[in-house]
Amino acid sequence: MEGISKEEEKKLELRLGPPGQEEDTLFSFAYLSSSMSNNTTNSAKRVFSEAIERKTGEEGWINLNSDNGIHQHQKLWSSSSANFHGKIQHQQQQTKASFLQFQTASQSLPVMAKESSQPCCNKIVDLQQQSNAEKKAFSPSSANPAVSNISQKRTAPAPVVGWPPIRSFRKNLASSSSAKPNPDSQGALPDKVAGKKPVETCRKGLFVKINMDGVPIGRKVDLMAYDCYDKLSSAVDELFRGLVVAQRDSSGGGKQNNQEEKPITGLLDGSGEYTLVYEDNEGDRMLVGDVPWHMFVSTAKRLRVLKTSEVSGLCLGGGKQGKPLLESA
Amino acid sequence: MAYSFPVEVLEHIFSFIDSDNDRNAVSLVCKSWYEIERWCRRKIFIGNCYAVTPRIMIRRFPELRSVSLKGKPHFADFNLVPEGWGGYVDPWVLAMGRAYPFLEELRLKRMVVSDEALEMVSKSFKNFKVLVLSSCEGFTTDGLASIAANCRNLRELDLRESDVEDLGGNWLSCFPESCTSLVSLNISCLGSDWSLQSLSALERLVGRSPNLRRLRLNRAVPLDKLANLLRRAPQLVELGTGTFSSELRPDVFSNLSGAFSGCKELKALSGFWDAVPSHLPAVYTICSGLTSLNLSDANIQSSDLVKLISECQNLQRLWVFDYIEDSGLEALAESCKNLQELRVFPSDPYAMEPNVTLTEQGLVAVSEGCPKLESVLYFCRQFTNNALFTIAKNRPNLTRFRLCIIEPRTPDYITLEPLDAGFGAIVQNCKELRRLSLSGLLTDRVFEHIGTHAKKLEMLSIAFAGDSDLGLYHVLSGCKSLRKLEIRDCPFGDKALLANAAKLETMRSLWMSSCLVSFEACKLLGQKMPRLNVEVIDERGPPDSRPESYPVEKLYIYRSVAGPRLDMPAFVWTMDEELALRLS
Repeated sequence: MEGISKEEEKKLELRLGPPGQEEDTLFSFAYLSSSMSNNTTNSAKRVFSEAIERKTGEEGWINLNSDNGIHQHQKLWSSSSANFHGKIQHQQQQTKASFLQFQTASQSLPVMAKESSQPCCNKIVDLQQQSNAEKKAFSPSSANPAVSNISQKRTAPAPVVGWPPIRSFRKNLASSSSAKPNPDSQGALPDKVAGKKPVETCRKGLFVKINMDGVPIGRKVDLMAYDCYDKLSSAVDELFRGLVVAQRDSSGGGKQNNQEEKPITGLLDGSGEYTLVYEDNEGDRMLVGDVPWHMFVSTAKRLRVLKTSEVSGLCLGGGKQGKPLLESA
Repeated sequence: MAYSFPVEVLEHIFSFIDSDNDRNAVSLVCKSWYEIERWCRRKIFIGNCYAVTPRIMIRRFPELRSVSLKGKPHFADFNLVPEGWGGYVDPWVLAMGRAYPFLEELRLKRMVVSDEALEMVSKSFKNFKVLVLSSCEGFTTDGLASIAANCRNLRELDLRESDVEDLGGNWLSCFPESCTSLVSLNISCLGSDWSLQSLSALERLVGRSPNLRRLRLNRAVPLDKLANLLRRAPQLVELGTGTFSSELRPDVFSNLSGAFSGCKELKALSGFWDAVPSHLPAVYTICSGLTSLNLSDANIQSSDLVKLISECQNLQRLWVFDYIEDSGLEALAESCKNLQELRVFPSDPYAMEPNVTLTEQGLVAVSEGCPKLESVLYFCRQFTNNALFTIAKNRPNLTRFRLCIIEPRTPDYITLEPLDAGFGAIVQNCKELRRLSLSGLLTDRVFEHIGTHAKKLEMLSIAFAGDSDLGLYHVLSGCKSLRKLEIRDCPFGDKALLANAAKLETMRSLWMSSCLVSFEACKLLGQKMPRLNVEVIDERGPPDSRPESYPVEKLYIYRSVAGPRLDMPAFVWTMDEELALRLS
């Protein structure tokens, strides 16, 4: 795939326009390329009004050629960044000065429109994997949403950030209160309540904040999603690995796309560049890993990833008794 | 033509005009009215703290007494806005500290508040009376201690749903003995571990506040202390209990019951953490006076809920878990004919199978039985178009309708069709609808209905819906009153957005995350619309390190006269003329 030809590039134009009006009065800065006539404005509106009049079930409402371009771009996206770096530069130079415009209905690629509009529907953004977004990027789904929904009558739901839309304080409450079924409950579903085993609370969320030295972006992790320290540690690595790199990139001011992501290791035993600590419900700072996991989960209020060099007064690798108190920075 | 009214007379007349809209209208009549009005405006509401600067506010309104500010976008409530995005109140407090020595009220929502800011508030405003921190964060109990210690005339301290770091200590004892002015105290968001000292400080504070009308406690306050508190404040109108569980001792129960019956003015109840059903009858004596009941922190099952609710004939507002089930909602519809607002929250939102029998039937029953119902928030797992038709037909007076079907893109479970027609009926029949949240399987068709009919709609929330840009186009071009639009995971892209760019200046804000808006379009929009701040939020790194046609992760567009903000973190870029030139 070479890149966009000049002719296609002209079709790939989006334009600013006023909302739903016949005449284009508000925008004097909508440029038309030389090959386009002034009818484009009206024809763009006509496309929409035509589409509106159509009944449901028909495919290909919007016959806009720019979808062709987007579709082509999708193919580019799925290759690695190195491959299309050169192509994008070329394309950027071409489209730099031009504005974007609607194309008339006569040049249509109906199927593309639907396809290219689907992608993000199935893009599941897991908070804890967001640092891997480079790889996740943008994978277009060609499935019809209705079909995909039925086929996704799931075995295990992938966690979606912020869905269902409930406040965090409600989530934590639901997890802690339903852990104790009420003994006095009369009649109403006593079996269901009594049958709730503690292990089911793993499916609810217990979100705590986590900050990392040098990274202004704080995150939240769901402690209920893990059952041991190692899994938490690798989750923290995944969470922040990309952000540490991004931080270096932006502070360096340059485009260092080939900066490697180093895994963050040694969080629990002091052997790495960073160490994982937490603040408990009494406000003390503790090393992560000293107490049994379930005790940690029930007392941890907040996590921090500190530079190991700044963590003082520790007994690394040995002392499991007492609470090593860390000076707050 | 000169006015014969002296300025003082006009000022006096304007002093009766309270509503912001009316005040704004007054200021547009003529220059002299603009001048007079701005000097006598005492109260201001700023829906987006980045739409304007403190300096602009102070320059125009030099004599404010009450300021309300909102910071982060609504989706921040669901962890969609990364930490560190913004919404800092400190610069506002700094500026107001100098300009408004007589400031009395500060109401903040979704803002980041530091302890230093709280200290500054407590020391800069001698007559400070009201502090409301709604869903705020960034401060600790030390900041609260400053407020308690220094605000001599404090009337309201309301921390609703804020995230407060509890440093222990005993900030409540920082209220001086001379402080007797409290009217409202809401500490329900604070932690669950409290010392005996804190509890006794609370008791003393309540005891010396004869004007206390609203008291919302946190979970740490044990049930056996509640009776004491109630006896010291029988004039309470609103009460949020602490934990509602304890050893079942007869004396505790009768003590509590007696204390409740002494509170003859109670209208609102909330709290009930860990509620043990056998304790609930303690509140029966005041149930008939209740207009508001919030049981959304209580793990009470259906039959106990029904018993409680059937005592509350005058209920206007009910917040409850889905433990209430369809049967409980049917009972609600029978007993509470004055119900105006219903919110049903999911007890187990991540379970794959439903843990309770709460379906569309429950909401239909309430819509039939409660003629005054106008505000609904309903989480459930299944719905049908027919149910929506019925609800729309029964309740054309709905003003707020938020339906959340937990699994994204769930179709009508009987016909397997999208729910377009059902929601279409809602917007068509409910002509006064101001707020709508959609869910379930939805095509562009539903947006066509919304654009055509929802003319009074001010806030719309969309998730996992639509097929193409046409959906967004319908909304932006059709919804005349739209102020806030928030969208996630929908296939909406550049075309609809750019075609309706002017619309965005008539709205407060637009949020789009996990959609299909390209960086290119963002730049274009930012360049061409100088009165919009187009913020690209992308934690994958600078947007120009990817192809321009790549969609941005998150997009937040809001109108502003303040220009691009200067406090952005590394993962937020404002698209403006300068940036576009730099990046091209």
